[in-house]
Amino acid sequence: MLTLDAVDAGFGRALVLRGLSFRARPSEVTCVMGRNGAGKTTMLRAIMGQVPVSAGRITLDGQRIETLAPHLIPQLGVGYVPQGRRLFGSLTVAENLDIGLMTRGRGRATRDRVLDLFPRLRERLGQTAATLSGGEQQMLAIARALCLEPKVILLDEPTEGLQPSMIAAIRDTVRTLRGMGVAVVLVEQRAEAVLDLADRVAFVETGRVAEMVPAADLGPEAPQFARYVGV
Amino acid sequence: MEFGPFLLLALMEGLVGAAVLALTASGLSLVFGVMRVVNVAHGEFFMLGAVAAWFVSQWVPGPPAVAFAVALVVCPLIVAALAALADLAILKRLKHEPEATIVATIGLLYILQQAALTVYGPEARPVPAPFEMRLQLPWFGWSGYKLFVIGAAAAVLLGLWLMLTRTRAGLVMRATQIDRETATAFGIDVTRVHAGTFALGAALAAVAAVLIVPIQQAHYLMGGDPLLLSFIVVIIGGLGSLRGTLLAALLIGLSDGVISTFFQPTLAKIVATLLVALVLVFRPQGLFGARA
Ligand SMILES: Nc1ncnc2c1ncn2[C@@H]1O[C@H](COP(=O)(O)OP(=O)(O)OP(=O)(O)O)[C@@H](O)[C@H]1O
Ligand SMILES: [Mg+2]
Repeated sequence: MLTLDAVDAGFGRALVLRGLSFRARPSEVTCVMGRNGAGKTTMLRAIMGQVPVSAGRITLDGQRIETLAPHLIPQLGVGYVPQGRRLFGSLTVAENLDIGLMTRGRGRATRDRVLDLFPRLRERLGQTAATLSGGEQQMLAIARALCLEPKVILLDEPTEGLQPSMIAAIRDTVRTLRGMGVAVVLVEQRAEAVLDLADRVAFVETGRVAEMVPAADLGPEAPQFARYVGV
Repeated sequence: MEFGPFLLLALMEGLVGAAVLALTASGLSLVFGVMRVVNVAHGEFFMLGAVAAWFVSQWVPGPPAVAFAVALVVCPLIVAALAALADLAILKRLKHEPEATIVATIGLLYILQQAALTVYGPEARPVPAPFEMRLQLPWFGWSGYKLFVIGAAAAVLLGLWLMLTRTRAGLVMRATQIDRETATAFGIDVTRVHAGTFALGAALAAVAAVLIVPIQQAHYLMGGDPLLLSFIVVIIGGLGSLRGTLLAALLIGLSDGVISTFFQPTLAKIVATLLVALVLVFRPQGLFGARA
């Protein structure tokens, strides 16, 4: 389980996260919603050690991680799919996957399992990542994170700007991951996607989680969507 | 001598220069590419390689070939270790910020130069070639050792290319070059990659120096020319592009050889400088670099 307790984090003097608390459990999809600039990406980056945490604590299965060197955090099993994908564009698909495999010393068997989830990538292993279509790039970004057999996966708006068929494929993947026991943290702006996928929803407002509710308690007309996301 | 053979001689001399320059410049290019550090002290790592080779030639008994073989292995390792130390002690603390590291490496240049002057002295000293062999062509004789220099440099560059494209270490370096933060998010220890890259860059300069020192002599101020030429090569070839660096080294080395032989070395430097100016004006990303 991943927990954030009263976390303050930000850049220099400016705090972006103020007393943010959050948890994500195995075999659950926890969606994170909030307006532009609310701090969703910053929360994920703080988990990865990319944004300095000045107060509070972040733990993975009881172990504090906000005090670790950033490169050790993925080695504990945190997979990250950044907003905007951040693929290694001039490297091939296979090399991007190799980077993910190296993180926790995984090999061919893992790679085969990941490629079974994304057969289109298997056909393009030798192609450079930058030449893939947008949807394929997003698949590669997810596949790269799955190569470390994560306990927790952080997905930052993975369906942003994709066609409907790709969005459906990525939602299927999220369900598969939940079925495999992974704790999925999904930043998602569309209420219908959240209602379809989420077990719990965290609504982020000005750097803190204002409400954390079971998805079953939310309907399409739930007031939280209007209050925190503004649809 | 007739024109044809004379040109051949000029090209062969130019090729020796090109080979050594390609090694030195690829070290500078690699460090800039992966770390975004403009290493002004790169020429001093070259000088240290040559000076260390002289010490090895004094201390290792037996035929020159043995001392040379030892130098070829040991000197780059010593210089690499020193460079890794400099990275961890100085550049890392500056968070590898481009501007701060330029100033810091200028300081490093001065420190290394003065240290060499203190320990090694102001003299230029020759290091014996590992073997004496003359290649007799129909028109002129040529040093067999120079042929060896070309071959050895080509072998090291091939090894570097294989390392970068075929090994995990190379993949890690390329990923770090593209995106440090994302590399870190996949467990890559960028601090180690930087120290290793700085060491490798310095080692390449040191190998070049060990190869050239039987032809050129070791001197504590010998780092200036290789630094300047490496910058010229890296600007023409495109920053961070190994292929561009190799092609530009060939271009500069060969034109230097030909122009120096037919006219004079000063003219060769003028031509190279003009070439840099033209590249900067018309193709600032370098002849082979990607547009920034
Ligand atoms: N590198 C940075 N330096 C300074 N401030 C930053 C930096 N990155 C983000 N911020 C600020 O932090 C706040 C939260 O940004 P963040 O990217 O976390 O928002 P978000 O909820 O992910 O928004 P979006 O929906 O647009 O992705 C914003 O006000 C932003 O301007
Ligand atoms: Mg965001």
